[in-house]
Amino acid sequence: MKHLFVRAALVAALVLPFGAQAHKMWIVPSSTVVSSDDAWVTVDAAVSNDLYYPDHFPAQLDQLAITAPDGTQVKPENPWTGKYRSAFDLPVPQKGTYRIALVNQGLFANYELDGQKKRWRGKADELKTAIPANAKNVQVSEMASRVETFVTQGKPGGNALKPTGKGLELAAVTQPNDLVTGEKATFQLLLDGKPAANLKVTAIQGATRYRNAQDEQDTQTDKDGRFSFTFNNPGMYWVNASTEDDKTSVKEAKQRRLAYTATLEVLPQ
Amino acid sequence: MRRTLPLALCFLAAPVAAADMNLTVEIPTLKVAEYHRPYVAVWIEREDHSVAANLAVWYDVKKASGEGTKWLKDMRQWWRRSGRDQTMPIDGVSGATRPAGQHQLRFTDGKAPLGTLAPGHYELIVEAAREVGGHETQRIAFDWPVKAPAHLAAQGTDELGQITLDLNP
Repeated sequence: MKHLFVRAALVAALVLPFGAQAHKMWIVPSSTVVSSDDAWVTVDAAVSNDLYYPDHFPAQLDQLAITAPDGTQVKPENPWTGKYRSAFDLPVPQKGTYRIALVNQGLFANYELDGQKKRWRGKADELKTAIPANAKNVQVSEMASRVETFVTQGKPGGNALKPTGKGLELAAVTQPNDLVTGEKATFQLLLDGKPAANLKVTAIQGATRYRNAQDEQDTQTDKDGRFSFTFNNPGMYWVNASTEDDKTSVKEAKQRRLAYTATLEVLPQ
Repeated sequence: MRRTLPLALCFLAAPVAAADMNLTVEIPTLKVAEYHRPYVAVWIEREDHSVAANLAVWYDVKKASGEGTKWLKDMRQWWRRSGRDQTMPIDGVSGATRPAGQHQLRFTDGKAPLGTLAPGHYELIVEAAREVGGHETQRIAFDWPVKAPAHLAAQGTDELGQITLDLNP
């Protein structure tokens, strides 16, 4: 029951438009730049109000996809899920950039049963049995979200940042572990592998607990899906974009909701 | 034969007395509860920030299995511009951390690690990062080659003391 509740809250966090009240899902590493081939990073992942303080729900580690610079998938060490956060360790022996992602794909349904509003989340093959035949006002949405961060050992590079061609994704123009204050950082947003034009992208610096406003920086992707930010303060930034379309993969779903979030570290000059 | 040798050496030495740089880097004495010697990188940047020469990298070279490299990234400007491209240790460049005091370094044009600098405008950069301490970068701009001896200096404030750069044609 508790598990279901957590799931429902997670779904809400992922599916609701990202407004002032929305919880933010994030994944944050202890270091983004490491200089030794026996270096490890430790990573926190959660859904919270403040960035980056776990105060709401832990992220689900079964969604974890870690890609090493050589393109292989890596398992986390010491994975743990607590009350408010999930955490794991990751050795980073390969030179290059690691991509650490929480990838969520599934269906989300709202329906009414005997006058009561119900919610369901699950996989496509569970849909038929999950919703009772006498349910009314069934609305099924497909959702695809990616919440990720990057860690580089030595020089940035490798195959981990190759787009998968599914959902909203980031393609690096500026290396995501090469960001410093005062320099323009440029990225490209892809939707199913193609440039995602005219999408709003929001950046919020961490440590929101210690200031009164979110201090969002907003920008828009251009026709090639490119967008840029110049970050004036060093710190961890939560960069987010979302969109929706009707390109669903199951016929019951009329709508597809997509979200992308990256945690990017900006170092001082 | 014995008496003529020094003379001959002088003669030989004169034409090859190439331009040089004498650098003094002061590591200040800090009264802190927990003191670690700073990691220090010294390098020369071109105007486009590309690295023309790595002159010195002081870190914990003696730690077992290259463990000292773990903190090289804390010299973050050097790490981004050059460090991450290197295989440590760098011959004739990297060395052990140094205690507080003035450290003199001499570099000769045409010889490693300075090599031959093309004529142009450069910056000498000294970056220090200290475990459980601070971080500081000082820059000294200079033109190369020099026509007359030049004495340049920068004054550090926290992790670095006085830095002097004497350039000789």
